[in-house]
Amino acid sequence: MQPIIELKDVWKIYEIGSVKINALQGINIKVNKGEFVSVQGPSGSGKSTALNMLGSLDIPTKGTVYLDGHDISKLTESNLATIRGKKIGFVFQQFNLINTLTAKENVMLPMIFQGVEKEERVKKAEELLKIVDLQDRMDNRPTEMSGGQQQRVAIARALANDPEVILADEPTGNLDSKTGVSVMDFLHKLNKEGKTIIMVTHDEYTAKNADRIEYLVDGEITKTVKK
Amino acid sequence: MRSWLTLLGIFIGIAAVVSLVALGDGLRAAITEQFSDAGTDKLIIQAQNVGFAPPGSTAVNKLTVDDYEAIKKIRGFKVVAYRLLRSSSLEFSDTKTFSFFISMPEGNEERKLVEDAMSLEPIDGRMLKTGDKYKLVLGYNFFKNDIFDKKPKIGNKILANGMEFEIIGFLDKMSNPQFNGIVLINEDAMVDALALDDSVDIITGQVINVNDIDDVAERVKKELRKRRDVDEGEEDFSVETPQQAVETFNSILDVVQAVIVGIAAISLLVGGIGIANTMFTSVLERRKEIGIMKAIGARNNSIMTLFLLESGTLGLVGGVLGVVLGIIFAKLVEIIGNNFLAEGLIVARFNPLVIIGALLFGFLIGTLSGIIPARQAAGLPPVDALRK
Repeated sequence: MQPIIELKDVWKIYEIGSVKINALQGINIKVNKGEFVSVQGPSGSGKSTALNMLGSLDIPTKGTVYLDGHDISKLTESNLATIRGKKIGFVFQQFNLINTLTAKENVMLPMIFQGVEKEERVKKAEELLKIVDLQDRMDNRPTEMSGGQQQRVAIARALANDPEVILADEPTGNLDSKTGVSVMDFLHKLNKEGKTIIMVTHDEYTAKNADRIEYLVDGEITKTVKK
Repeated sequence: MRSWLTLLGIFIGIAAVVSLVALGDGLRAAITEQFSDAGTDKLIIQAQNVGFAPPGSTAVNKLTVDDYEAIKKIRGFKVVAYRLLRSSSLEFSDTKTFSFFISMPEGNEERKLVEDAMSLEPIDGRMLKTGDKYKLVLGYNFFKNDIFDKKPKIGNKILANGMEFEIIGFLDKMSNPQFNGIVLINEDAMVDALALDDSVDIITGQVINVNDIDDVAERVKKELRKRRDVDEGEEDFSVETPQQAVETFNSILDVVQAVIVGIAAISLLVGGIGIANTMFTSVLERRKEIGIMKAIGARNNSIMTLFLLESGTLGLVGGVLGVVLGIIFAKLVEIIGNNFLAEGLIVARFNPLVIIGALLFGFLIGTLSGIIPARQAAGLPPVDALRK
């Protein structure tokens, strides 16, 4: 089976002045459809860089990233944006909602970029917000909501274009443990419904939700643990 | 708040263009209308500063009665008359005011010519005749009377520069509102009452054949050049048909409008730079938002369009405000002009093309100013944009 995302000997080297920093040193990760994968590592281990590669937000210095079989370095920024918008839904630690838009408008935004008709956009956004139990907060702005609520809006937004992969960057990092658990429950539920989930976290306990944990230290995968 | 300040440049520029073009067009229409009253077979000869000065200003080398006598002898004229135009005091029922006095010439033909050229008609009483010394005719404003405490009547005595005159008539309302405040007085009486020398302000000549008017004008110019000892091209006098006078005025107005539009263009340019600056700041502030939008599938084009629309809207709003302010300003000038100068002299005329043009221009400037910031926003790599 073709993996949905594959990193093949991926290097990322940042040059700061004359100093070279190897954020990733030839990592290999394969994610198959329907998997729930965690990338766990301490801060400074290259987690965020790895997430950027997995989400095709950045291009490696060396090595290849395949998204659904396409080498992303061969795609133009616009094509990449379209594929990203269709295949991947992002959930960030900081929620990253647009504060000037309401919950419903935030969820509709990815659909606008994919050219979905207005009527369908509204219908889908309302459905998704119902799924994450926010039917009462649809017209509220992010600043009027709690962290847990904002993260649920972000999950609804990530699902807007019905992507195959949900990429979550420390999804519980800014939440208290109880809300964190409920967010994780949502991710589990989505995984059971067939979504591929990739989660990046520094937290061992959160990482254990996954079927497979890739341990990242100093830009290298040191160990892979399967459940 | 910042957006509003940004709009100021666009807003002032557009307001200036809209109001000044409206006032200029109004003035042009008013002047054209006035001169068209005068007829096409007449030449108007005036002394003139080499630069631009209003008629009757003291800095010019004035025409004299001798000049008039010489012009009168030129071939092609049916009748030639001269007028004196002076400002002087007028006193009635213990109120004193200053008015523009215009002399009526001696002969009947000459008198008829001046009446024709100025379209003078009495509304009450009669016009002046030869020998009406110490009698005068007042303009329409005196008939309507918003000048003296008591309304002056036919037969009343009135003091002109301290000399007693009898009112024998009032003029009907004229298309040139300035003429509604004039005083008509026979030439010999005017020289007497105002203690004038032999200078002459305007010489009007009616030609026998309209087709010869340019030849006659040339002959007048030649004669005056000889008498006043000036070379061709350096004339300190003008010989014009009413049409030419309008054209001269229009060409001056064109220059004035061009200068003002030029200044407004600078304001618009500065406004455009202001919009660009605001958009740059906005791109910086919204880096993260741009990153989020890119992460959730926004193409470079979508981001570019978003920012261009925003800057275009800023420009358009500036244009709308500018048009509104421009209209208000022009109307205000019109109202002030009507109250303090003369009714109907300043009329703001709004050309819909100018207004639509101003709005489009505002939008265009906004959009153009947004291009570079929008490109910058669109080109941000998503990872860099997302980094806090």
